[in-house]
Parts: sequence; structure tokens; C-alpha cells
Amino acid sequence: MSWLARLFAIAQKEVRQLARDRITIGLIVGIPAIQLLLFGYAINFDVRGISAVVLDQARTSLSRRLVGDLGATQVLGTIRQAGSEAELRGLMQEGEANVGIVIPPDVERRIAEGGRAALQILVDGSQPALENVAQGLAAMPLLRRAGAPAASRPVEILVAWNPERRTAVQIVPALCGVILTMTMVVFTASAIVRERERGNLELLITTPVTRGQLMTGKLLPYVGIGFIQVTLVLLLGWWLFDVPVAGSLLDLYLGALLFIAASLALGLFISTLAQTQFQAIQMALVTMLPSILMSGFMFPFEGMPELAQAIAQLLPLTHFNEIIRGIVLRGTRLADMGPELGKLTLFLAVMLTAAVARFQKRLD
Amino acid sequence: MTAAISARGLARRFGAVVAVAGIDLDIPRAQIYGFLGPNGSGKSTTIRMLCGLLVPTRGSVTVLGHAVPRETEVVRRKLGYMTQRFSLWEDLTVAENLDFMARVYDVGREMRRARIAARISEYGLAPIAGQRAGTLSGGQRQRLALAAATLHEPQLLLLDEPTSAVDPQSRREFWESLFALVAAGTTILVSTHYMDEAERCHRLAILDRGRIAAEGAPKELARAIDATVIEIEAEDLVAARRALAALPEVRSVAQLGHRLHVLMRRDTPEPERRLSAALAPHCPDARVERVGASLEDVFVAATRLKDGDPKELAA
Repeated sequence: MSWLARLFAIAQKEVRQLARDRITIGLIVGIPAIQLLLFGYAINFDVRGISAVVLDQARTSLSRRLVGDLGATQVLGTIRQAGSEAELRGLMQEGEANVGIVIPPDVERRIAEGGRAALQILVDGSQPALENVAQGLAAMPLLRRAGAPAASRPVEILVAWNPERRTAVQIVPALCGVILTMTMVVFTASAIVRERERGNLELLITTPVTRGQLMTGKLLPYVGIGFIQVTLVLLLGWWLFDVPVAGSLLDLYLGALLFIAASLALGLFISTLAQTQFQAIQMALVTMLPSILMSGFMFPFEGMPELAQAIAQLLPLTHFNEIIRGIVLRGTRLADMGPELGKLTLFLAVMLTAAVARFQKRLD
Repeated sequence: MTAAISARGLARRFGAVVAVAGIDLDIPRAQIYGFLGPNGSGKSTTIRMLCGLLVPTRGSVTVLGHAVPRETEVVRRKLGYMTQRFSLWEDLTVAENLDFMARVYDVGREMRRARIAARISEYGLAPIAGQRAGTLSGGQRQRLALAAATLHEPQLLLLDEPTSAVDPQSRREFWESLFALVAAGTTILVSTHYMDEAERCHRLAILDRGRIAAEGAPKELARAIDATVIEIEAEDLVAARRALAALPEVRSVAQLGHRLHVLMRRDTPEPERRLSAALAPHCPDARVERVGASLEDVFVAATRLKDGDPKELAA
């Protein structure tokens, strides 16, 4: 009983102090809101209105429908017809078209057999974003409608849950993790280092408070703050960018709890290394940038070099991005994400052990 | 009853720096025991070793019958500690700080209410109970810190330079509070660099560069001083000082207003006559008088006049 009472005393003190720190309160709400607006509106990976040229060698009703479908995606803007391969290459060379689509004469048979490529897409490789466009085009559901076996095209899955390929849909869930990474680590690290800087810790560690009570009591309020931020991002995402939550909310918050705990443990560990709040913030930044850049938030994970992928495996955000994208976008159940949950739990356990081992109720 | 604190050969070094160089302590219960010493003499380091904040490099400590650092956690329940720097929470109010500290020490709800009310009235905190600690004056902070350190009725209070940021009136009141605690059976260990505070202690240890240079009751220490104390009144104190500097048996000269305060070697025969003779050619008006040693003399004799040290004349 008294164990919990002391823990609660510390948590309550922390909440009181937080409630009086107006700027921090502002940051708790402001960081998610600003980031969401910034990333949601400003970052746009969408490519639309690409000029294309089609060489239709089949000239059947199916091939005409394929061309029509391509136009309907809005990814391609003006679609010009070429009479020959030479004309198609000419138009691309002059820059009149950035994408060339060749429909072979036997397209119907190719689709029916499913072995060879049904369409050939030529891309102007000098423009970086276009290769993605081509991959996007290749993954359009038009081929399935034409009768191709769906299972042979894993890319189709992604398209099915974000058919318009809107950036916001990918950004909003991932932003939950990014914002938690930005706030949780810094908040906890500085909350503990602040007590050290102001001399409070010297008094606190001469009391009967245990390390466990001290750490848990100080971290507990930040779990609540983490939940507030997740809720805020998802609500704003739903309201401003129409991003619905496909999976269970309980799963979502359980997953978030694990990630928050992992981030807090990292903050706790940093607090045992740093002597001043300034140092704590610098150390938090060292972990923050790789998390944001390498976790699959900015760049597709698969596209990164192997070393970067290995480093990304060490970052909790990488695994949380998988979890939250799964739950929010694909409606995956938390129970089906064992590997990610395991890696997050491992991170939490290692950080917590390291922090507890380093934090002594002594000054030397 | 055993001593509240006893230590044998207690030492602590920080890298190459020896902060405490092997001290023995026997601090009796229900008394105020003082550590008097200049900055860097090892006062804070010793106090921190006693409450388990620092682990001794060598030596043994027993606090309230428990070996430290092994049984630190047991000791911590019976111990109150006031850090040198104000270390309660500046963004919490006086009442919130007290409530928090009482809960941390497991003081039950009913008891907590009663004790907090008692401390607030005892230490004159009622008018500022709702004020944030960060807005308090030095004296108010210190009263709050003492109230917080005594909520769990500790048997032992460790006070590390508690009055360094406090005006004289508050200091007097603070010491009265300490005597009230001692009367109730509390043992208090207080470090200070103020002579008048050291004088109020039942016993004290003069610390110098990590060692105990002298130990005993203030009166005993003054009687046992290893020097003869002489005061000189003269018109030209500069000339008198110059004349004294030439004498090998003069160990320290300090000016106090119109007088010079001189410490001489104890084994000097007829010290007054010796000084009068030395001063006669330079300041014939000089009056020489032997006086009793003050605690400051004891401190100077114990800390600055050790064998092998250069003669202290500058002060």
C-alpha cells in the first residue's frame, strides 16, 4: 500500500509541476498540431498529371479500356497516342512525354497466361520521382480487373488501402510515432535532469523513496501525455485529412502504450547520462533524427542500404510505424504483429535495465 | 545509549583529490555537534558519507546503530537531511512541499495533517503556506526546509551549512528551533563556517583539509588552545605590525579595529614582556594585554598554524 502511495505522491507532484509549466503544456498540444498541419499539407509525395504517350499495338477493346483506366487515375495527365515505337521514343526524348506505355499486340493473351509482362512502361530516368510513378502504375488494379491473378502482385495490397495514393494517409499514423519520439524522450530526460540540476534529487535520494518508485512515479504522467498526443494526431488526421482508423482502437492504444514506454525508457536512460538539461536535449536529438529519417517515415524502408536498415531495426519508431500503419490503415490486429511487439518489448527491457542499473541513490 | 554517529578512519577521495583524509567521529545523542571549517575542508563530503550519498573510499561508519552504506535505507527513515542548497521544489507551494515530503516518508494521512499543521505554526509558515517556494526569502526557505526535514520526526538531523543565505535575525530563530529539537531528543549535526554558530554547538570538530584539527566543547577548545593570545593597542598599528613580523614566536597577527590580535607560541616565556620590549623602539605608546582565546583563535591556531606552515601574518 505504502509502496503505491509514495509512487502516487511522486506522480502527483510531477503533474502539479507540469500543470504550472505553461510553455510545456503548450508544447504538449502544440507540437502534434503544428507537425500534423505542416506534414499533412506541406509534404506531398503525390505525383499527378504526368504527361504520357501510349503506343497501342493491339488496338482491341481491352487495350482501349486499359488506356482509359490509366487516364482515370489522374496520375497521368495528357495521354498522347504514338503510331510507332520510334515516335514514342522521339516524344520522350524531346520531353513531350515523361512516361511511355507500350501495349503489345498480344496483350490479351499475355494477361490471360499471366507469365510475361502485359504492359511495358518506359520511364524518363532523369527525373527521380517518375520511377515511383511507374511502379504505382504497374500496381494499379486495372490488371486484376482484366483477369490477372491477384496474388502474384504483392504491391497491389498497398494500393488497395490507399487507392488514391494520398500522402496524408501514410503520414498521419506515422506522425503519431514521430511526435511521441520528439516529445516523450525529451520530456522525461529533462524532467529528471531538471531535478538533478536544481538540487532536488540530492534531497529526494536521501528519503526512503526507492528507485522504482522514483522512476515510475516520474514517468507515469508522461504516459498520459503520450495518449493525449496520439489522440490529438488521430483526431486531427481524421478531421482534416479524412484518415480513418481501420483497426481496433484498443489495439491502437495498447501498441501506443508499448511505444510510449519504450520512448520513456530511452529518456530515462539519457537522464542517467546527462548532467544538465541542455546535454539531455542534445542526446535526445541524437536519437531523434535517425528515428525520423530511418524509420520508414520519410523514405521507404526497403529502399535504404542494408546498414541503414540494420540501424533502423534498433530504433523503436521503426517498429511502431509498422504497428500503427498496420492498425490504422490496414486494420491489422495487434496480435498479428508479434515480431514488432517483440522488438519493442526487447528495446524497452534493455533500456529500462540500463537506466535502473545506472541510476543509483548516490552522488558518486 | 550508543553514540548517534561513530566513524573510524573515514576517508574519501575524488580521483587524485583527497576530500576527507581519515577521520574518527563519536557524536553523542541529543546534542548539537558542529563541523567548523573553511570551504573545501571536507564538511559536506563527510555529511554526504554519513547519509549514504557518497560511499567512503575507506573507513567505517555507524549511524544510529546501523552500518552505512550497507544499511543506508534503514538509516534514511530515521534521518532528516538539509542540503546546502535549497532543494525543495520551487514551483510547489509551501504546503504542497510539506505534503509531498510527508508522503515520501510514509507519514499516514491523519498524522500527516497534524504534523504539517504543527510545523506550519512552529516555524511561522502560516502566512506563506499558499505561496510557491521559489518566491520565498532566504530565511523563509530555510524554515520550510527545516519543517520538511522534521516531518517524519527523525532521530538525527544532518544540516549542511543551513544558514549560509540567511540574515542574522533568521539565524538566531533557526538556532532556537534547533535547541527545541535537541530538547525533544533529536541529535543534530550541523556544518558551518560561522564562528558564532560554532560557539552555540555542544561539541564541535574543526575540520581542515580533510582532517579533524581539533575536537571538543567550544570552551574546552578555547582553554586547550596551543597559543598565547595577546592584544595590542597602539597609535601606529602598521609600525607595530612590522615589528611583530620580525619575531619568530609570533604565529599570527590580525587587526580588530584599533587593536592587533596576536597569537604567540605557547612556550614563549613571559610573552607580554617579550612583545612590549620588541614594540618599544617603534611605538612607545603600545599597550600589551593577555586575553582569553576566542573560538576564532582556536580555529586559526588549529587550521592555519600547523607545524611546517609558513607563518600567518597577512590576515
